[in-house]
Amino acid sequence: MSSVAFVLLAILTLAAALAAATLQKLMHATLSFAVTLVGVAALFFLLGAEFVGLVLVFVYIGAVAVLIVFTILLTRRDVGKDRGANWRGVLLAIAVFGGLTWAILKTRSVAIVVPDVRAIPVKRIGEALMTSYVWPLQCVGLLLTAALIGALVLVMEEKR
Amino acid sequence: MTPTLQVFLIVSAALFSAGLLAALSRRHAIFILIGIEMMLAAANLNFIAFWRFSPQPPSPTGVMIAIFSIAIAAAEAAVGLALVIAVYRHYRTTNVDHLNQLKG
Repeated sequence: MSSVAFVLLAILTLAAALAAATLQKLMHATLSFAVTLVGVAALFFLLGAEFVGLVLVFVYIGAVAVLIVFTILLTRRDVGKDRGANWRGVLLAIAVFGGLTWAILKTRSVAIVVPDVRAIPVKRIGEALMTSYVWPLQCVGLLLTAALIGALVLVMEEKR
Repeated sequence: MTPTLQVFLIVSAALFSAGLLAALSRRHAIFILIGIEMMLAAANLNFIAFWRFSPQPPSPTGVMIAIFSIAIAAAEAAVGLALVIAVYRHYRTTNVDHLNQLKG
């Protein structure tokens, strides 16, 4: 695993995440959010989980980010600027980050290096999905259908 | 030197904190949804990192849980954005400070 690539990707991801959290314009924040997800997907590639990285790009950037842009355009009248971050949220986020970092650095058992990164073949993932994970797969299918119908019902015009 | 599990966890914690910042300090409902999605992406990064650094990386457990969590996050985003549109139709605003009808 290349250390240079990791540092570059981590900087890209975190800078885009901070931009998404603090930019004033909603559309700019959404585009920064998309860049954040590209960075996370690249980190997945670095960790040898190519399939999950591709799924992340397809689902998040292809669907969720586009959905957010559509929602921004549909609620346009109200969407101008958002006033900047308030100090209580900033303090709480910094406190959470400090606490998590302290806990991670205190834990000796996570200071390990991976022996070798080999990508997991997609064939194995498909086999596992169709054998031992077939019930969770069906449940997720049911959940997605329910979410689809629920979203349609929520945005349907009320008949008068 | 190659990155350890620690640095992946710290990156994930920073991503989570950025999502928390967006969810707590913004007033538009869409910003809050973006923050929640960033927190979910940080959780996925943790799943994949722990799977890769685990003693048996050939078994695809972490990959599976990340895929399912991405699917559930997508469903959550669809319903959340539908709610934002429904709220906007009713109140003509997506500012969560103005949605105080149920406040005592």
